[in-house]
Amino acid sequence: MIEIASIIAAAFAVSFGAIGPALGQGRSVAAALDAIARQPEAANVISRTLFVGLAMIETTAIYCLVVSLLLLFANPFRG
Amino acid sequence: MMDSPLSTHLAFTLGPVPISTTVLTTWGIMAALAAAAWAVTRRLTMRPGTAQACLELVVETIQGQIHDTMHTASTLFLPLIGTLFLFILAANWSSMVPGIEPPTAKIETDAALALIVFLSVVGFGIQARGLGGYLRSFAYPNLFLVPMNLLEQFTRTFALVVRLFGNVMSGVFIIAILLSLVGLLVPVPLMALELLTGAVQAYIFAVLAMVFISGAIEEKPSDAAQQQEDTAS
Repeated sequence: MIEIASIIAAAFAVSFGAIGPALGQGRSVAAALDAIARQPEAANVISRTLFVGLAMIETTAIYCLVVSLLLLFANPFRG
Repeated sequence: MMDSPLSTHLAFTLGPVPISTTVLTTWGIMAALAAAAWAVTRRLTMRPGTAQACLELVVETIQGQIHDTMHTASTLFLPLIGTLFLFILAANWSSMVPGIEPPTAKIETDAALALIVFLSVVGFGIQARGLGGYLRSFAYPNLFLVPMNLLEQFTRTFALVVRLFGNVMSGVFIIAILLSLVGLLVPVPLMALELLTGAVQAYIFAVLAMVFISGAIEEKPSDAAQQQEDTAS
């Protein structure tokens, strides 16, 4: 029972946890492309900042992944 | 059932100390990097050959990134940042060698790397501003933010660990799942993607280390803004 619940919870954690970061990354990439199109000479600075920002946003999705892995492989409730 | 990505495999025991395959791979990468660096820097000339030109390109690119991100011409951070970047890059790309699992796909390696960044942030901060000045920087902009600033030190270090671990491990994991499901040649595009992810993650780890260190050593933002206003007026 706990195994089934853990697997379902892990799937939900990853699937719903990916929505927010995906939307956020889409917005930031769109804004960065807009900025590069307006100011191509600033592309280096913008893309460097973009990468760091994307890494920050992506961390939330990675947290969900780690939570689901803990549920699947290191479940504290499975005894 | 697949192996848990959180477990490690024992390679052999060195007396009472168990040595895992991850540690063995790490030693191999360290030895390869050190040997390559030693071999290339034996005969440095003013008219560089191919190997020396490539090495100079790498070093100058890293120094340029440090200059752009930290706004300092100092070469003080080049050894730390360059080593972090090259080691993580080599570790991430070591998954391309058959039978080798990248050490960064284990959380212990990432924890050790993030601990290096954490300690060097504290070290460079104390070196640049003195112990009192560094401690006072936690009370910026006012005293109520001390718990938040302290908490931030730990959460961002933890985020460094989890980010690198999650990215590299998930890439390795997906390739392993695909291999077990569909066979030989299908994971090749994903392995190409993994090359890109590995390079980006190494770059991001190095950039974040630079950002953290420059945040610890730089003047308070109010002082810098004040100086800019002074020069502007």
